[in-house]
Amino acid sequence: MSFISYLINGISLGSVYAIIALGYTMVYGIAKMLNFAHGDVIMVGSFTVFFAISMQGFPTMVGIILSVVLCTLLGITIEYIAYRPLRGAASSLAVLITAIGVSYFLQNVALLIFGANTKAFTSVVTIPAIKLAEGQIIISGETIVTIISCIIIMIGLTLFINKTKAGQAMLAVSEDKGAAQLMGINVNATISLTFAIGSALAAIAGMLLCSAYPSLTPYTGSMPGIKAFVAAVFGGIGSIPGALIGGIVLGIIEILSKAYISSQMADAIVFMVLIVVLLVKPTGILGKKIQEKV
Amino acid sequence: MKKFKKVMSLLLVAAMIALVGCGNSNGSEQTENTDNAASTETAGDAAAEENAPTQAADGEVFKIGAIGPSTGSAAVYGLAVQNGADLAIKEINEAGGINGTLIEYNFQDDECDNEKSVNAYNTLKDWGMQMLVGTTTSGCCIAVAAESANDNMFQITPSGSSVDIINNNDNVYQVCFTDPNQGVGAAQYIGENAVAQKVAVIYDSSDVYSSGIYEKFVQESANQSFEIVSAEAFTADNKTDFSVQLQKAKDAGAELVFLPIYYTEASLILTQANAMDFAPKFFGCDGLDGILNVENFDTALAEGVMLLTPFAADAEDEATKSFVSAYVAAYGDTPNQFAADAYDAVYILKAAIEKSGAVPSDSVSDLCEKLKGAMGEITVDGLTGEAMSWDSDGAVNKAPKAMEIVNGNYALIQ
Repeated sequence: MSFISYLINGISLGSVYAIIALGYTMVYGIAKMLNFAHGDVIMVGSFTVFFAISMQGFPTMVGIILSVVLCTLLGITIEYIAYRPLRGAASSLAVLITAIGVSYFLQNVALLIFGANTKAFTSVVTIPAIKLAEGQIIISGETIVTIISCIIIMIGLTLFINKTKAGQAMLAVSEDKGAAQLMGINVNATISLTFAIGSALAAIAGMLLCSAYPSLTPYTGSMPGIKAFVAAVFGGIGSIPGALIGGIVLGIIEILSKAYISSQMADAIVFMVLIVVLLVKPTGILGKKIQEKV
Repeated sequence: MKKFKKVMSLLLVAAMIALVGCGNSNGSEQTENTDNAASTETAGDAAAEENAPTQAADGEVFKIGAIGPSTGSAAVYGLAVQNGADLAIKEINEAGGINGTLIEYNFQDDECDNEKSVNAYNTLKDWGMQMLVGTTTSGCCIAVAAESANDNMFQITPSGSSVDIINNNDNVYQVCFTDPNQGVGAAQYIGENAVAQKVAVIYDSSDVYSSGIYEKFVQESANQSFEIVSAEAFTADNKTDFSVQLQKAKDAGAELVFLPIYYTEASLILTQANAMDFAPKFFGCDGLDGILNVENFDTALAEGVMLLTPFAADAEDEATKSFVSAYVAAYGDTPNQFAADAYDAVYILKAAIEKSGAVPSDSVSDLCEKLKGAMGEITVDGLTGEAMSWDSDGAVNKAPKAMEIVNGNYALIQ
């Protein structure tokens, strides 16, 4: 019985990782850059919800929409101000360092505005928990919503990329920016759209993360951000189904190793599995091997 | 377009600098405020900036520094220590100082970060600190105690409870219990009062405070009637999901979960236990003090939580009553144990200075030697214990008190 509980908790934690990883993987797949500020956009999203619902008393739906809109705008702004000027001209290392800079910038702005005291986050989920097997297995409302939204987002993204013009443009940009531009695709607009979608996903991930684990500080996003990055690499960075699988597998490994091996060693085990997977399959579970043409 | 981008990035840089600037100026304003609050206008910051002629004033006041996290995850403690010490110093200065010498006070924030704590210590040394009340949390205190031992600076920590703080550092004294004492005390309390038979423990293995209490608790439990049915850890990098630890405690049939951790994680544990319909008795140490102040936390979840802590704001004795009313009047908040510890720390310093006959013109090291001699001889009646006395190793002797959270308030268990 407790094994099933652990499994459910693992899938729940993994779904949050998966939604965050989807944002990482989209941006990497299309703009070919690691957006390390992604975890902090999550934090900004959660603080927006906290500010709107708990401090201003707005209805939950208003808080959710506000958070998604604000994060989308934030994502576009960060890309426009911090990443676009470096694209093409500077080395990929410069963009990476800028991303880390943006991450610290967001953390410290949040620290100045909200202070560092931990805030208890009010869950945005109102669905009651499901109790199975005479109350031995409890599936919380947050878990149900997280798993469902994770699947919806994955299906939505896949359809968007394969069936719409903008999605096809993204695919083209990811394969060859120069050629895409020659075919009449606006590369800058396409990458902005990618950041917009990635950041909107971050807002949703933030709400779900903080609803399931209701503590909010300016550093809330950083550790889940790193774990989700690991999940994205694990599943094959750039691959959308890969992010989902990577996230969920990572969550399950983390919870099960806590439960059956050692609660202290869980992180060490998670990262060890990552190393082994990368040794055996360097592109991750669903990653494509890219042949460099000379 | 290119120009526009350049302008934008310049603006962004300017904004960053402005923000950082704001942070700094706020910080220094705060210290100035506390300085003024300590009513030491005679040798305030303004005078120090003008330099030479007022330097002599350094020899006419005792300069006491304090360090703690006034921001960050343990801010409740740092602010309490800042205010508690401030209140005691104000009272002493109003009553004419120590042997007629006024006290100057300076508090520095360390955000509960070891490195920042050592920086804060160096800042205070530059300011001319002669004695240190601090630091507030154990991890930082170990780092700072190593520095103060090098300087032979007298240090009294209100709430740093690890044994490593006083081990090998004979210049450091504690107002609170050491972690082993808390672990032993908690085990004895649970055993002697038959609070529970089956006990689970959830502790932070990456934190000295938590693992220190845990180890002694397990050792002492061998002598007690209860049984530890599950002991699970978490680490600083993995402290949001407690479902596994709670599930294991639940499966093992624990009637009581012992939480030798800080309130931030404890508030999450209480929320998650509630979500999985697990309602054991929760029992903690002084780290749980502050759980009722977590912003937006549903305090109904903390109802019935027990904690061992040496101070109760609702105690009926005269000293506590007058302290609480003065504290509420000055800072608008009910004091917790940390405020009382810091308040006591300042009065202990006063007693030691009076006993030793130290004067402000003594060097830092001479002052430390004199105070060390006096600490072994004095007994102090404080808010956090009657007839507190100290061993030569710096640990305090006093009796603990058990409290329970009732109707959203800490209440003393008689």
